[in-house]
Amino acid sequence: MTDSVQTTTGKKNKSMTQRRLIPTYIFLVIFSLFSVFPLYWMITAATNKSLEVAQGKIWFGTNLAENFTKLIRDEALGTSMWNSFFYATVQMLLCLLICSLAGYGFELYHDKAKDKLFAFLLLGMMIPQVATMIPLFRMMSGGKLLNTVWAFILPQLSTPFMIMMFRQNSRNFPPDIMEAARLDGLSEIRIFFSMYMPVMKSTYAAAAVITFMNAWNAYLWPKVVMTKNQAQTMPMLIANLAGGYTIDYGELMLGVLFCSIPTMIIFFILQKQFAEGITGSVK
Amino acid sequence: MKKKGMSVLAKQHAAGWAFLMPATLLIFVMSFYPMVQAFLMSLKTGSSARLKWANPVSFNYTRMFSDKLFMRSVGNTFLYLVIQVPIMLILAILLAQLLNNKDLKFKGLFRTCVFLPCATSLVSYALIFKSLFATQGLINSVLSNMHIISKNINWLGNPGTARFVIIFALIWRWTGYNMVFYLAGLQNIEYSVYEAAHIDGANGWKTFWYITVPLLKPVIVMTFIMSINGTLQLFDESVNLTKGGPANTTITMSHYIYNNSFGQGVANFGYACAMSFFVFILVAILAAINLKVGDTRD
Repeated sequence: MTDSVQTTTGKKNKSMTQRRLIPTYIFLVIFSLFSVFPLYWMITAATNKSLEVAQGKIWFGTNLAENFTKLIRDEALGTSMWNSFFYATVQMLLCLLICSLAGYGFELYHDKAKDKLFAFLLLGMMIPQVATMIPLFRMMSGGKLLNTVWAFILPQLSTPFMIMMFRQNSRNFPPDIMEAARLDGLSEIRIFFSMYMPVMKSTYAAAAVITFMNAWNAYLWPKVVMTKNQAQTMPMLIANLAGGYTIDYGELMLGVLFCSIPTMIIFFILQKQFAEGITGSVK
Repeated sequence: MKKKGMSVLAKQHAAGWAFLMPATLLIFVMSFYPMVQAFLMSLKTGSSARLKWANPVSFNYTRMFSDKLFMRSVGNTFLYLVIQVPIMLILAILLAQLLNNKDLKFKGLFRTCVFLPCATSLVSYALIFKSLFATQGLINSVLSNMHIISKNINWLGNPGTARFVIIFALIWRWTGYNMVFYLAGLQNIEYSVYEAAHIDGANGWKTFWYITVPLLKPVIVMTFIMSINGTLQLFDESVNLTKGGPANTTITMSHYIYNNSFGQGVANFGYACAMSFFVFILVAILAAINLKVGDTRD
C-alpha cells in the first residue's frame, strides 16, 4: 500500500465519521443555544426599554444609558458592587488560608486522633443552611456583628468541603520536601508558607474560584444578616429590583448583568480551575 | 542529643494540631454548636426574646405535621425532585457522552456553552427566567407570533405552569454543572475499552448502556445525592422566580422556614427550628445512604 492510498481511505473514513456525527452536532448545537440564549437575551434586554423587552425584542437597543441612570437612581449600585466584591475577597482569602492550613495539618501530620477528628468534621457536610440560620443569626446579633463583614463571612470561613479538597490534593505534596526543609532549619510554619503554598498553586486557584463565586452569589444568609441598605450585596439588590409591583425589565436586566459580570469574567478566564473546583475533592 | 530530638518531634506534633485548630474550632462554633441550639430551640415556643419550653415539648413537631402549608412545601420540593433530577442527570450524562468523542469538532466550544449557565448566580437566573416567562414576556410574544397561543399565558400565575417554569429553569442552570462531573469520570475510562466494544460489534446505545453507565456508577450516585441535597434546600428560585406563589403552590421548605423566621412581622424561631430540623433529618438520611453506597464501591 502506498502512502497516497492510505491518505485517501483515511479521508474517506473521516468524512464518513463526520457524517455519522451529524445528529450529534444537531443535538449539541440546539442544547448550546438553549444554554446561551437566556444570557444573550439578558444582555440585549439591558439595552432596551422595558416595553421593548416585553414585546419580545431580541436585538440590542439604545436605552442602555437611560437604564443605567435609572438603576443608579433607584439602587445603591456602587455600594453593593463594592460590598459584594469586598465580602467575597475577604471570605476567599481567609477561607483559603484556614482550610489549606487544616488540609495540610490533617494530611501531612496525620495520626489516629486527627483522622478521627477529620471524619467527625465531615459530618458537618450534612447540616443544611436553614438549620443553623436562626442560632447563627442570634449569635451575630448578640455579638453586634449584624451588617458587618464578619457576619457575612464567619459561617463560611471553614467548610468540610474545602478542608477535604486541600487534604486530598496534599497527597501530591512530597513529604521529602518537608524533611529537607527541616534539615535546613526551617520552622514548621515557614515550610507551609514557602514550600507548600507554591507547590499547591493549582489547588489554591481552583479553591479560590469556587469560594469567590459562592460568596459573590450567596443570597439566603446575607438576606438574614445584611439587612441595612449600606451593607447589601448585588444578589440582594437585583432581588429588590424585581420585588416591586411593576418591574422595569430593562433596568432589572442591567442589574442582573452587573451582578453577573465578575462571575462571567472568572468563568471565561478560569474555566478549567472552575471545573476543577467544582469536582474538587472528587478524586 | 536524644532529648533534643524528642523536643523537635513534640514541636512537629504541636504544629500539626495548631494548623488544623482554626478550621476545626470554626466548624464547631459555626455548625455543630448552632445545630444543637437549633434542636433545643425547636422544643421551645414564644417570640425570639422570650423563648420558653413548649408544653408538651413536642408541640412544634406536632404542629409541623398538621401544618398544611408546610406539608405542601414538602410536597413541592419532592415534586421538583422526582421530575427535575432524573431529566437533568440523563441530559447531563448524554451530553458528556456525546462530548467525549475524539472525532467531534468544536468540542471546547460546545462544552463552554453547556457549562456557561453555572457562571450566573441563582438569583440572577431566577430573575432572567421570571422575565422571560412574564405574562408580557418574550416566551408569550414568540408563541403568539407563531400562532401557537391566542392569548398570553400567565405562566407564573398558574400552579402547573409555575412549577413547570421552575423545573425548566433548574434544568437550564444545573445540567452543565453535572455534565462536568461525568466528563471528568469519562476521561478516566480508557478509550481502548470503547474500541474493543466497537470491534465486538456493540452499537452506540449498547456501549453507552453496558460500558459507560456501569463504569460511571460512582459518579452517577454522587451527582444524584448532590442534586437531591440541593433540591431539598432550594430557596433562591422559590423566592425570586415565583415568590412561592401562586397561593404557595411552588413554595419550598427553606422558603417557608425563612418566611416563618424572618418574614414580615413574624419571628417564629421555635417552630422554624423544628421544620429546619426536619430538613436536617432528610439530608442526614441521604448522607447515610451516600456513605453506604460509597462503601460498597471500594
